[in-house]
Amino acid sequence: MKRATPVPTERRKANGGRQWARVGSFTFSFFILHFAFVFSGCARREPSADVVIINGTEPESLDPHIITGVAEMRITKALFDGLTKLDPTNAASVPALAERWDISPDEHIYTFHLRTNALWSTGEPITAADVIWSWFRTLDPRTAGDYADKLFWVKGAQAWHEGKNSDKSRVGITALDRHTLRVELKSPIPFFLDLCSLPFLAVVPRQTIERYGDRWLHARPLPVSGAFQLGAWRINDKVRLVRNPRYWDAANTASAIIDVLPVGSPNTALNLYETGVADIVWDKDLVPAELMDVLVTRPDFHTFDYLGTYFYRFNVTRPPFNDARVRRAFALATDKRRLIKKITKGAEKPASHFVPGGVANYEPPEGLSYDPEAARKLLAEAGYSGGKGFPRFAYMFSSAGGGGAKMPGQIGIELQEMWREALGVEVELRQIERKVFFNAQSRLDYDISASSWIGDYNDANTFLDLFTSTSGNNRTGWKNPRYDALIHEANQQTNGKRRVEIFRQAELILIAEEAPVVPIYFYAGFNYFDPKKIGGIWQNVLDEHPMQYIYKVGSSRHEEARSEFGSSQRLSRAAGSATKIHN
Amino acid sequence: MYFLRRLVMLVPLLLVISFLAFVLVRVAPGGPFDRERQPASPEIKRQIEARYHLNEPIWKQYLRYLGDLAHGDFGPSLKYRSQNVNDIIAQALPVSVLLGMMAFGFAMGVGIPIGYLTAVRRGRWEDHAGSFFAILMVCIPGFVVAPVLIILFAIQWRLLPVALWASPWHTILPVTALGLYFSGRIARLMREGMLNTMQAEYITTARAKGLGENAVLLKHAFRLAVLPVVSYSGPLLADLLTGSFVIETIFQIPGLGPFIVNGSLNRDYTMVVGLVVLYAALLVVLNLIVDFAYTLLDPRVKYE
Repeated sequence: MKRATPVPTERRKANGGRQWARVGSFTFSFFILHFAFVFSGCARREPSADVVIINGTEPESLDPHIITGVAEMRITKALFDGLTKLDPTNAASVPALAERWDISPDEHIYTFHLRTNALWSTGEPITAADVIWSWFRTLDPRTAGDYADKLFWVKGAQAWHEGKNSDKSRVGITALDRHTLRVELKSPIPFFLDLCSLPFLAVVPRQTIERYGDRWLHARPLPVSGAFQLGAWRINDKVRLVRNPRYWDAANTASAIIDVLPVGSPNTALNLYETGVADIVWDKDLVPAELMDVLVTRPDFHTFDYLGTYFYRFNVTRPPFNDARVRRAFALATDKRRLIKKITKGAEKPASHFVPGGVANYEPPEGLSYDPEAARKLLAEAGYSGGKGFPRFAYMFSSAGGGGAKMPGQIGIELQEMWREALGVEVELRQIERKVFFNAQSRLDYDISASSWIGDYNDANTFLDLFTSTSGNNRTGWKNPRYDALIHEANQQTNGKRRVEIFRQAELILIAEEAPVVPIYFYAGFNYFDPKKIGGIWQNVLDEHPMQYIYKVGSSRHEEARSEFGSSQRLSRAAGSATKIHN
Repeated sequence: MYFLRRLVMLVPLLLVISFLAFVLVRVAPGGPFDRERQPASPEIKRQIEARYHLNEPIWKQYLRYLGDLAHGDFGPSLKYRSQNVNDIIAQALPVSVLLGMMAFGFAMGVGIPIGYLTAVRRGRWEDHAGSFFAILMVCIPGFVVAPVLIILFAIQWRLLPVALWASPWHTILPVTALGLYFSGRIARLMREGMLNTMQAEYITTARAKGLGENAVLLKHAFRLAVLPVVSYSGPLLADLLTGSFVIETIFQIPGLGPFIVNGSLNRDYTMVVGLVVLYAALLVVLNLIVDFAYTLLDPRVKYE
């Protein structure tokens, strides 16, 4: 580049062009490099999936016994079967690994007859011993599954869990032979078959777990008991489910490959769906709240009643909320319709009672309705006429992620206005980070706290036993012996009608007399998929959509499956023959 | 020698950083197992704390952590209970590195030529256009650029994928969205550096010696003018290689970015400390490389 002679000014201009070219080639070479880099790096050869589902955030685990989230449960239910599973149409429990069962007249003893053709995906038979080992694993505190208490209904199970008794033979789970399991319950609960369909009671591979410990899900091949095998699990990328040909009901598995994408952003989920990358989006946190009013009118957007309640808790250990009159005044001053109309804008239903209306075996009583006049009177009775002298207090809510992220705050603002108008009290809104929020809630370090509860199974008990004095999820400080006794008594009933009556009495204490909690609305479930393109999804109160039945219309694998499978009729028939009908 | 000494210094530095991260994340209120739902019994909480040694005094926990770290084990994630932090880094870091390298290349490839041109053509239309572009890019954050790019290229014109990380085509939008901001910063640094060096005496000398304008600018001026960009590129690379929370979330890219932010929100202690250590080590090493590059570019710089 050395030049011996000075460059005249005219030549400098000509060099300008060369300069451009140089800069251009510099830039160009960068992009070439890029593509060389990219092509070598991330081209993957994989068959494409039949159905792509956006499911929620990255699963915390796929171990059915330790997971806590709904997104995780949907995947693990495809991988690991329990004794029962839920009918895709109405979420009633139907036979799975257990082909049939007998229930003793006092409804304490269940004898399950396992399928003799049930196999692990690696070929070994699934036996009663597998079920027993799996259930003890869930019960074992060392497994550290948050839902171990789902098995506490089994006689002796809680004592074993708490270490008060280390003799497994004193727990009511016994194998009568290789394919027969006898379970003795401590109470004749009508929802035990539903519990058997939960992931926490699913059957998991003993040898793999004993060999690999916490990392057993990384073992290949991974023995599974469900309709799908774990084809791939790439963090924050996808979980690929591949049809398990050894599954006892493999003939009814409608898709060969299902990809489950973890997506945290509602907008990204909608974008992927709109551009046809994903076929189904099914998480209530994955609906962009800003677009809710537009989305609900679309034919491919489905809403349905869902077993979940949004409510707020009082800390009854702190004045002034230790006075039931004050709590009831707040309940009466909460206009739930206004909250739904202005903020959630979806298909939620205003709640005056705590147990959602669609729940099985139950008819909830009516609680307190919106009545600002009565509210003012009650508050005056408690000594705060017109809100005078009412201490400062705060409404605590968490900054949760997901599509509804702004909702708890917006609801707080609305409540603030309502209570100011109706009661003349001033509430401070306090937004707290999620983990700090739950910590403060369980330590009773709040005045009023935004809350929600999703039913674990289709029975009023999953809502009502929350507020017994011994429940870890009570989190209000409210203890009522009469309430405790009623809940206990209800679960001893074999007479369905009587059980409903007792539960109703208990719920009235909770929502009308004492009001440690105020229900705001019942959740609506949401999912979006085009029914012309996707089949095998039915709406039900548990938002239960087993992946086994989902297919893309017109795909070859599905046509093949359909010839043997008359949609869900066969399943429903099976359900009718095997489930004991209560009342 | 100098560089060796710096590398040795890395060890105490990482010790201090890991200790601070270790203590701070544990001091923060709320814990990894505080959830909407209480575990079935207090016994479970005890077991889980025992399993992750959260029941031990903090200094003991830290020593245990260091012992594992010495074997290259970052420990189990407290949120993703079937994964180790190593599993997550092993899967997510390569993705973030690829994305980061490309965004870095993009930022350099766009920023340096623009900065160079705007300086050389100072006061002309190229300068105005280029400087305007640079300012614009610096001002618009990624969470605005990315959705705009998605709306135009992926939804309106359907030219490129809207999200995910599956083919070269999937990389174009996120790389652009991530790189644009930095290209603006680099363009401005480059312009500044170029303008400064062009007034330096040795450039006048070079001109006086009768060197061609190109030789003066590219061979003599550029080498020094690019130094601010080089020093910026160390921390920039460390930033880019460990992933971008915003871009990786918007495009659903399986990189490390979301884990850094969500890890602390989830109080995933091991994850936070592991990623902080990784980031710190990367930062130190890259700064070292930057210092080394200085000796190549600037003859006046020597390390003893």
